[in-house]
Amino acid sequence: MSYNIFQIIKEGLKGNMGWVKTWRNPNIKKKYDVIIIGGGGHGLATAFYLAKEFNIKNIAVLEKNWIGGGNVGRNTTIIRSNYMLNENEAFYEFSLKLWEGLEKQINYNAMVSQRGVLNIFHSDAQKDSFIRRGNSMIINGADAELYDLNKIKSIYPFLDYQNARFPIKGGLFQKRGGTVRHDAVAWGYAHAADKLGVDIFQNCEVNNFKFKSGSCVGVETNRGFIKANKVGCAVAGSTSLLLSKADMVLPIESHVLQAFVSESIKPIIPGVITFGAGHFYISQSDKGGLVFGGDIDGYNSYAQRGNLDILEDVCESGLALMPSISKARLLRMWGGVMDMTMDGSPIIDKTHIKGLYMNAGWCYGGFKATPASGWCFAHLIAKDYSHSLSENFKLDRFKNGYMIDEKGQGAQPNLH
Amino acid sequence: MSKMNRIKSSLIDTKKEINFVFNGKKYKGFKGDTLGSALLANNVKLIGRSFKYHRPRGIISHGSEEPNGLVELINEHYNEPNTKITTLELYEGLKAKSQNCWPSVKYDLMSINDKLSNFISAGFYYKTFMWPSSFWEKIYEPVIRKAAGLGSLTLSNCDRNSEKGYLHCDVLIIGSGPSGLISAYIAGVSGVRVLLVEEDFIFGGSLNNETLTISDMPAIDWVKFIIKELSKLKNVKLMNKTELIGMFDHGVFGAIEKNKYKKIDQIFWKITSKKTLLCSGSTERLIPFQNNDLPGIMLSNSIRSFVNRWGVKSFKKVLLFTNNDDAYSTAINLIDNEIDCIGIVDIRDKPKNVDPKIKVYTNSQVINAYGNLKLQSVDVVNSDGKIINIECDFLGVSGGWNPNIHISCHTGVKPEWNNKILAFTPGKKNISTHLEAAGSANGKFTLNECFNDSEIKTIKILNELKIKPKKYVIPKTKKETFNIDPFWFVKQGSKRKWVDLQNDVTVKDIEIAYNENFRSVEHLKRYTTLGMGTDQGKTSNVTGLAILANLSNKSIPEVGTTIFRPPYVPVSLDAFVGSVTSKNYKPTRLTPTNSWAQANGASFVESGLWLRAEWYTKKNEKHWRESVDREVNSVRNSVGFCDVSTLGKIDIQGRDAQKFINKIYSNGFAKLPVGKVRYGLMLREDGLVMDDGTTARMGEDHFIMTTTTINAESVYRHLEFCHQCLWPEMDVHLISTTDAWAQIAIAGPKSRKIMSKIVDEQFDISNENFPFMACKELTICGGITARLFRISFSGELAYELSIPTQYASSLVTHLMEVGKEDNIVPYGTEALGVMRIEKGHAAGAELNGTISALNLNMGKMVSSKKDSIGIILSKREGLCLPDGLRLIGLKPINPKNQLISGSHLFNENDTKKPENDMGYVTSSCYSPTLKSFIALAFLKNGNGRYGEKIKVSNPILKSEDLAEICNPVFVDPNGDRLRE
Amino acid sequence: MGEFIYYGDASLLKRPKWDDKNAEDKFYKYLYLRKNIAGIHKELWFHQQGDRSWLVVTRNTKNHEILKVELATEVVKGLDK
Repeated sequence: MSYNIFQIIKEGLKGNMGWVKTWRNPNIKKKYDVIIIGGGGHGLATAFYLAKEFNIKNIAVLEKNWIGGGNVGRNTTIIRSNYMLNENEAFYEFSLKLWEGLEKQINYNAMVSQRGVLNIFHSDAQKDSFIRRGNSMIINGADAELYDLNKIKSIYPFLDYQNARFPIKGGLFQKRGGTVRHDAVAWGYAHAADKLGVDIFQNCEVNNFKFKSGSCVGVETNRGFIKANKVGCAVAGSTSLLLSKADMVLPIESHVLQAFVSESIKPIIPGVITFGAGHFYISQSDKGGLVFGGDIDGYNSYAQRGNLDILEDVCESGLALMPSISKARLLRMWGGVMDMTMDGSPIIDKTHIKGLYMNAGWCYGGFKATPASGWCFAHLIAKDYSHSLSENFKLDRFKNGYMIDEKGQGAQPNLH
Repeated sequence: MSKMNRIKSSLIDTKKEINFVFNGKKYKGFKGDTLGSALLANNVKLIGRSFKYHRPRGIISHGSEEPNGLVELINEHYNEPNTKITTLELYEGLKAKSQNCWPSVKYDLMSINDKLSNFISAGFYYKTFMWPSSFWEKIYEPVIRKAAGLGSLTLSNCDRNSEKGYLHCDVLIIGSGPSGLISAYIAGVSGVRVLLVEEDFIFGGSLNNETLTISDMPAIDWVKFIIKELSKLKNVKLMNKTELIGMFDHGVFGAIEKNKYKKIDQIFWKITSKKTLLCSGSTERLIPFQNNDLPGIMLSNSIRSFVNRWGVKSFKKVLLFTNNDDAYSTAINLIDNEIDCIGIVDIRDKPKNVDPKIKVYTNSQVINAYGNLKLQSVDVVNSDGKIINIECDFLGVSGGWNPNIHISCHTGVKPEWNNKILAFTPGKKNISTHLEAAGSANGKFTLNECFNDSEIKTIKILNELKIKPKKYVIPKTKKETFNIDPFWFVKQGSKRKWVDLQNDVTVKDIEIAYNENFRSVEHLKRYTTLGMGTDQGKTSNVTGLAILANLSNKSIPEVGTTIFRPPYVPVSLDAFVGSVTSKNYKPTRLTPTNSWAQANGASFVESGLWLRAEWYTKKNEKHWRESVDREVNSVRNSVGFCDVSTLGKIDIQGRDAQKFINKIYSNGFAKLPVGKVRYGLMLREDGLVMDDGTTARMGEDHFIMTTTTINAESVYRHLEFCHQCLWPEMDVHLISTTDAWAQIAIAGPKSRKIMSKIVDEQFDISNENFPFMACKELTICGGITARLFRISFSGELAYELSIPTQYASSLVTHLMEVGKEDNIVPYGTEALGVMRIEKGHAAGAELNGTISALNLNMGKMVSSKKDSIGIILSKREGLCLPDGLRLIGLKPINPKNQLISGSHLFNENDTKKPENDMGYVTSSCYSPTLKSFIALAFLKNGNGRYGEKIKVSNPILKSEDLAEICNPVFVDPNGDRLRE
Repeated sequence: MGEFIYYGDASLLKRPKWDDKNAEDKFYKYLYLRKNIAGIHKELWFHQQGDRSWLVVTRNTKNHEILKVELATEVVKGLDK
């Protein structure tokens, strides 16, 4: 079914009982050309681009719970391409361009809203590093502006300009950054992939791989064995567990990142703001909730929930930046499990087993990467070599000393 | 002002009138009222408008489950949107107004949405507004955003007084209803530390709403009696007005105590308990039918609560609609209070416990409601399909009860379905085995069962705590039963039947979601927004789940459950912050000479948590550059001093101290003699530079290490790691002495002259006996212990003098005196920075965590003859690229052109493409010594390119310059001045 | 910042010998690869605002339950034997 205003009117007049499934519940075939494990944003995007751009039709996506239930449905919905290192910036800028054309491509309104992302800085050293970052952005074809204090005051008059412990000095602004309705990304990709014939299975858990003379030939699931020529894993948070079944030990730790949302209030915050003197970022959803977050909890965890200390830290940082939201009320808090890598950058690569591919290590930047991640992973699976934009995201970079360390924190995942 | 009369209730003090204003109109209530009860008593039924369709709404409940009764509370300096009137205790002068409506709650223009509802049902926005794409931000989204949201937040910086506190107890009891009270009593008399928290402003929970008898006395009197008994026990703490918001790891709970103290508005308590008993009661649920959202349609038990507890008499003709026994209590209470209860519509064949005074429509359903802004009549259908219209002003609905299990889910435990009571109860498999639920929160809906269950659970907890219960008496109560038939929503009729009243989710929305394959509970929630409102789905979640189960022909547990997340009730953000606001956000560390610097014209700059003197302005200086240039020139030509106490200082002692340091630094320390200092390069285990500094050997087994300011803590932690975790066999003792010792740099050609004036005579600091890189413990100014290091960051003849912190400000005063004839100056971090750039010393901007020794031209400092942290991985290919980044100096072709830090470098004829990116500028300044702007940068293959030109590109500030690549050591490259 | 600071898997106690054959590969595995266990996990914490001891904490990463706490120095001495 195609979605547009005429369809809405037509169905509305008929009492809305004519809408059909956004994606089908097909029967499992015995064999697929490609199986994608993980029905999150990245897995579904990969399936979609495989079918759409790389002409592979016989694809299955296997999701152990419900699609979009992982980090694509547990983040603060921000999209941006404001990285310092060229390897990252080029990739995320490609992603941002894909976001810009996404809705028409998938015929689903994911509410891509380019309301601008502002990173506040509070010191000269921070300013220098934001200038370096902004220049990288522009060199890579993205947009970036340096805002002075007055400009920031004019857009966000309600920040603390009087009594701040770390006074605001300026900000790096990316106009094309913004937010996307996160759940709709998963649903939209599922809808579009399904239309191209991709089979999506929920409650289908992969228990093991099947290998034959060094190649991966399929997966064992709770619904039986499924044969495949190629298997791609996109299971952020559970990557280490899944790939341990292929005897892989990875440069990844699983960590919890929390997100918070306030009660719905009338619009006050037009775009996305990040605080430079602590961990805090915020935007306001179309429903009116303030959506905000901060640092990861900081220790290995597979529990999708976090601790109280981070909530306090996030609120302290938030109110240090904008004390005027202090009477908004926290409505919900939740946690997602992140693949935190040793340099803070992702991995899109083949494995030592032929036909087995991995897409992992998105740390807490995975949501905005969804389209490019799907595209590049699809490229790798289809062509058996990396897309030029993801050729630096290889697993062996740690062994050979080619880390892509945006924050310069070294081999300690919880600091990235 | 409307007249108001009340039924007599001991919980309402009609002698104490309270005046308040709602939507600009004045009203009166009484002490004991909530805003909700007072408005209802004043016959105000229309409170606000719903989220999406802007439907008129009144309250349906009397507690924190309320989805409709939200207002903007108007305070002097700010408004509090979305305030629940059903839990807000009335106070004198309270002002509130309806929200999400314009121009008024009666005539709301946005109610046009209601007329369009067929076209904006669940998920409609995902299917349209896609074309053209620029219209989303410009047109569609602003309209949607403006219509959405509930109340508005006034952007006021006015602080409430918030505090934080910690509480510890053996047994935490959540809720002070019958179960909480009896449990607190049993545990209390047994001597354990009990903490009882209650969100209401009075204790008693549901007992305040009922006309039950306990131990032959009215329940309300029993509450007073037991509270009195508990108050006598020193080991029991009772806290009302305290919302328990969540359970976290290791038995930690968060709670907010509000509006209780004069000077403190709220306290955020972090409670650590050994065991916890959840006695949070249960919440009644609705039965969706057509137009079941009209003001006047309420929960059955809420009607009886308003009558019993608050004495509200506004109910004229009340009809009840139920699938269980509970509505019969409401009917009896109404009749006893001479309120016209016109009947009970019961979906069951043969309801039990029928009181002859109650008219019962058996086997019947309410299928539609009528009225304009308030309920006027309902249609009732019986089993034969016969429809009658019944006039009524209130309809009390009871669709059964949901135990308040939310907190039990917070640590990830899934609830369990109980088919007897048709509701979820707390999961038994509690991961931490920390929490038990008792009474109605555990699905025991009669008083008798509550007491029994609470007794069992409390004894179990006491046993686990290894405490013998003391003697106690469980009060007598009447045995009752609770019966319910499964009936979740009325099928008849095609108009909208409301499930989630706040978010306007209807039965049909759930059907649409199901048809579109949003069949998992989480999909349903996210697609329809069911249960996502400020009531957190307290009245709607289970009903929605049941409708989904019905559509899928599955049982409810087969369909699943949703996990509730903290907080249990919405909490304002300032509660989590306490007094950590504005200037108190982080501590401010002041250097030992801070007050002296303040008195001497210093400007200050943040450096991590430190506040450091940036420069010292003299009277005639108008621009900061004048001050900085003067300071630099003074140091280079005469002498100056700078407080460098912020450097990390680590005292290292022990027989193996030297061996240890030799493993920490990549360069050799094995041969450092006593009395000497050496520059040390510290790598991380990944082979990249972690920090640098100097380490002085003060004695055979005694070293003093300095670190950069920013890494003081992390280097100390790293050293402790290396010692405790890698080489615990080494005899090494580490302590951070950053705060104990002040450190003052005295630099410039005249610095020896100055030092000789303050160092006590017996110590020889001549160039021969105290050469460059010497160190010594000595005394100054007649006996004050000090440590002197002949090291230089500026590149001049220089010293760093360490003294106990308390002498620092006297020392600098003294330095000014003895240095007068040489025009000694204090200099700040800016001049310090200029001189280190002139000298090509790497600092924070260069040591950015991605840089190797080779990048800093220090490859030779990584000794491959010994083990040290980082030695092995520093050899990896990517860290040893022959044409990789190298630290270089840059001089603009036009010396007046400032080079901007953060600029990227491109070869002169290359385009600004990422593949041509050759490096970046890290630090830049004006060099008064060279009379030119200069910069440090990392450039690919940089040290092979001295003398070449390179493009310094700064597109974000739209600037570009040409500069000459040079040695990063601009001043005195051979280091002669250091040794003078 | 909290009282305790996390570092990572307690396997970080087992630093390879620098002069071993294949030292580079061993150090790579030591520093970068993690079993990332879902369940009982031994890990290093630093008691920053306390006695400054490094601790080996045995903790369940699925539910955060802490099962055991030992001094790292003691654990390392045990490893040597």
